[in-house]
Amino acid sequence: MSDNYDAIIIGAGHNGLVCAAMLGRAGRKVLVVEANDQVGGAAITREFTEGYSVSACAHLLYQLQPAVKKELGLKLDVAAENMATVALSAEGQHLRIQNDRVAGVSEEDAGSYRAFHKRMTRFADLFNTFLNKTPPRLAKDASRSDMLTLVQLGFDIRRLGRTEMQELLRLIGMNIRDEVVERFASPKLRGAISLDAVLGTHLGPRSPNTVLTYLYRLAGAKGQISQPVGGMGAVSELLAKSARHYGVVIRTGMPVKKIVIDGGRVGGVETNSGETFSAPLVVSNADPKSTIMCLVGVKNVETGFTRRIHHIRSNGNAAKLHLALDRLPKIEGIEDHEYANRFVIAPDEGYVERAFNYAKYGESSVKPILEISFPSVSDKSMAPPGKHVMSAIVQYAPSKLRGGWTEDSKSDFLQVVMGTLSEFMPNIESCVLASELLTSADFEKQLHMTGGHWHHGELALDQFLFTRPVGGAQQYAMPVDGLYLCGAGAHPGGGVSGAAGRNAARAILKAEK
Amino acid sequence: MSKTEVQLDRRKSPFYPRQAELDRLNQWHEWKGYRSADGFWEMDLEYFAQRNSAGVFDLTPMTKYRITGPDALDYLNRLVTRDMTKIKPGRVAYAVWCDDEGQVIDDGTIFHLNEGEYRLCSQERHMSWLQAAAIGMDVRIIDETEDICGLAVQGPTSFSILKNMGLHGVETLKPFDLMALNFHGAELMISRTGFTGDLGYELWISPDSALHLWDTLFEAGKLHHIRAIGTHALELARIEAGFIAAYIDFLPANVTVRSGRSRSPLELGLGWLVDFEKPNFNGRRALIEEKKRGSTWRLVKLDIEGNKEAHHSYIYDNKKGGENIGFITSAAWSPVCKQNIALGTVRTPHGKVGDKLYVEIYYQLEMHWSRVMAQATVVSKPFWDPPRKRVTPPASN
Ligand SMILES: Cc1cc2nc3c(=O)[nH]c(=O)nc-3n(C[C@H](O)[C@H](O)[C@H](O)COP(=O)(O)OP(=O)(O)OC[C@H]3O[C@@H](n4cnc5c(N)ncnc54)[C@H](O)[C@@H]3O)c2cc1C
Repeated sequence: MSDNYDAIIIGAGHNGLVCAAMLGRAGRKVLVVEANDQVGGAAITREFTEGYSVSACAHLLYQLQPAVKKELGLKLDVAAENMATVALSAEGQHLRIQNDRVAGVSEEDAGSYRAFHKRMTRFADLFNTFLNKTPPRLAKDASRSDMLTLVQLGFDIRRLGRTEMQELLRLIGMNIRDEVVERFASPKLRGAISLDAVLGTHLGPRSPNTVLTYLYRLAGAKGQISQPVGGMGAVSELLAKSARHYGVVIRTGMPVKKIVIDGGRVGGVETNSGETFSAPLVVSNADPKSTIMCLVGVKNVETGFTRRIHHIRSNGNAAKLHLALDRLPKIEGIEDHEYANRFVIAPDEGYVERAFNYAKYGESSVKPILEISFPSVSDKSMAPPGKHVMSAIVQYAPSKLRGGWTEDSKSDFLQVVMGTLSEFMPNIESCVLASELLTSADFEKQLHMTGGHWHHGELALDQFLFTRPVGGAQQYAMPVDGLYLCGAGAHPGGGVSGAAGRNAARAILKAEK
Repeated sequence: MSKTEVQLDRRKSPFYPRQAELDRLNQWHEWKGYRSADGFWEMDLEYFAQRNSAGVFDLTPMTKYRITGPDALDYLNRLVTRDMTKIKPGRVAYAVWCDDEGQVIDDGTIFHLNEGEYRLCSQERHMSWLQAAAIGMDVRIIDETEDICGLAVQGPTSFSILKNMGLHGVETLKPFDLMALNFHGAELMISRTGFTGDLGYELWISPDSALHLWDTLFEAGKLHHIRAIGTHALELARIEAGFIAAYIDFLPANVTVRSGRSRSPLELGLGWLVDFEKPNFNGRRALIEEKKRGSTWRLVKLDIEGNKEAHHSYIYDNKKGGENIGFITSAAWSPVCKQNIALGTVRTPHGKVGDKLYVEIYYQLEMHWSRVMAQATVVSKPFWDPPRKRVTPPASN
């Protein structure tokens, strides 16, 4: 290849695009090489059956970092903003949750929720400053800026005041179930919060550090949920446009086979079709496990590091159900205009835990939890006139299903999900024109993410901050000269936030100085 | 609980029945679960047998791993610091392996038995690390410690004894060569290796043939003053040869808790085993950094004045003492060299060859303690390094 690039980014997931755009903006010549024909990775919009489109993986936007929007000047059109969450009840006694308000519970619960939400968003805000920074290195070769970041972390926590600091330290390793049971009487409220804490993880509400995952979800936008016009793919398209504007070249339909390494330094990438591109920097948007084990190859890294990467837990559990609907299904007590909201099926915290129990043993839930939206209600471009689509995240459907995901096990699970839906939307079956169920095994194949994991690796205290993706390699730079990570598997984690991509770009530019 | 589970006795080497017959001292210690003798009849004389005729040391408890598979070479090349592509079949390599921080886990010998088939021998057990190193590679690692037993036959008459046994071809073995031959229907592997810094061989065979090998060996060595020896005699020879030992001169990196208590190969004087030309090996990045930055410690061989053994002594850079710069890890009066010798660790930049250091020796005579500050000269060569170690074919003695 005659073209010489300053950096090659493997993968045009939203993080790869953010990283590319930021590097391009800083004057670097950047090439993005994406395996799929479409940019966006898990943030894409796709027509799943003729005339009907959905956000084919991630579907709701609540974490996009303000700094990313600002620095890249993104102007995103939203179809629905600050969507309320409706916690469904089979009897029509739904809860409606929005910001710090919850309707459908006792006065006391409503008050407790206000206080809870205030505290949680405060913690999440504090948290958020660290999600947007390279985590400090704790080793003896820690630099001045590492120490400063660490001191800042301590200082920010201290500044909460004594009581709140103690509260944060008490909560951070705790499970969400204990917290909600202590605070709220309403089972549906407990259930809805539990669902938010465990979505995208291999954790149940009684698992440790599910308060952390809850805070993580609130970071960035205080939990305010929106739906972009044109689905999540529009976010990625916007990022790709921004990247191109800064001179970034994006090549799609080009799976990278391996990262070329010579004498402990990256030299570029080689694609499946045998094409090679050279650059002194290679930034991987693929997850850490596939980056190291497949693209780099263990022969090029050392044993301790390999062992840590090998042991990253990445069992995906989130499946997606896409339905093309002849009409909106009936939900007892829900008015037409309310269909623009987000619905959850998680009647109580015990239900969520029981759903998780199956995943522990490699089985899919018999009564799954669901996060549902009807994107066509706010965005007419998603379905033919008068028709609708439904997009739902369904948990738990473990990537390592015992016996594997076959046509049979998938159609069995589809039945289970439809059965659960029918309890809350009795006529749903009769509305369905076409359906698509994707499990984490499908995401692994389609999106090249190990285990189809939401965060490219479990978001847990031992795989977080100083130890994400693994201890000793947390600062985006991998132990191969010129190799960086920029995806969800790096700090801070997944979700359509752009934080990892932005932090990686900043770390790369800083290292050049 | 079954009978075997409550049995407290240590594992016995297949050579044990013969050792038991010779044993007059009844001094045994534990070595990786095996009963291993400090000495059998007279430890000083065992040492002299090794230096003046031939000493036979039971190597059976040495940990032995068989490493095979398509990636075996790549695997070892990443595991150890030296270039394994240069070690052809029929050769043995002394090697060290490090963790990612470039700190030594252990040293050992790697026998290239047949193309792509290796045996790694070490004092310590390493299965967990070896398995970790195998992640993503197509190799098989089998612990064959109990399937192979071994005898080290070391000393000036060792060659003649093996020749007497009718082991054809030993005369062609150069240092670090190995060969396999048929020994009454069993495969006997002979390598010209050892831990004594002298002419010597190691014999490896399956436990079924152990006693037959022992008997044949001792019969052939009758007129060459062959003697069974224990760890005590070997330990003295190993210090004379300037070889380091795990848990004595360094701690395996995987067992240290405090930072700064492990050592890099550069700090142990094993820089010659580190091939920075190799694109990747465990510890490479850290060792390149260390090279740039400079090492903290240096292993030194010391020739000490007087005859008081410098066990556990502090090392100073002047006679008055003051701040100590290191400590002795192995010390002995060397009977063959007639020298007071030691291995020690000092902080750089101290310890360059030729440096005059001081060691603070405490010694006891009839209960009373005395102290001397003895001058110690840093030397480069092993204390004991006879030319016969290298000559091929060796002279008949
Ligand atoms: C079922 C599901 C639902 C989710 N729902 C939401 C949600 O509603 N809201 C939300 O915020 N988050 C959600 N997430 C999480 C979110 O989608 C991800 O965390 C995020 O999209 C990850 O972005 P990324 O850019 O880091 O990686 P990805 O989006 O995974 O991008 C990685 C890219 O790299 C490419 N790639 C990988 N290997 C190669 C290779 N060898 N050669 C070339 N290209 C390669 C892939 O094709 C892909 O395009 C969901 C996740 C899942 C699995």
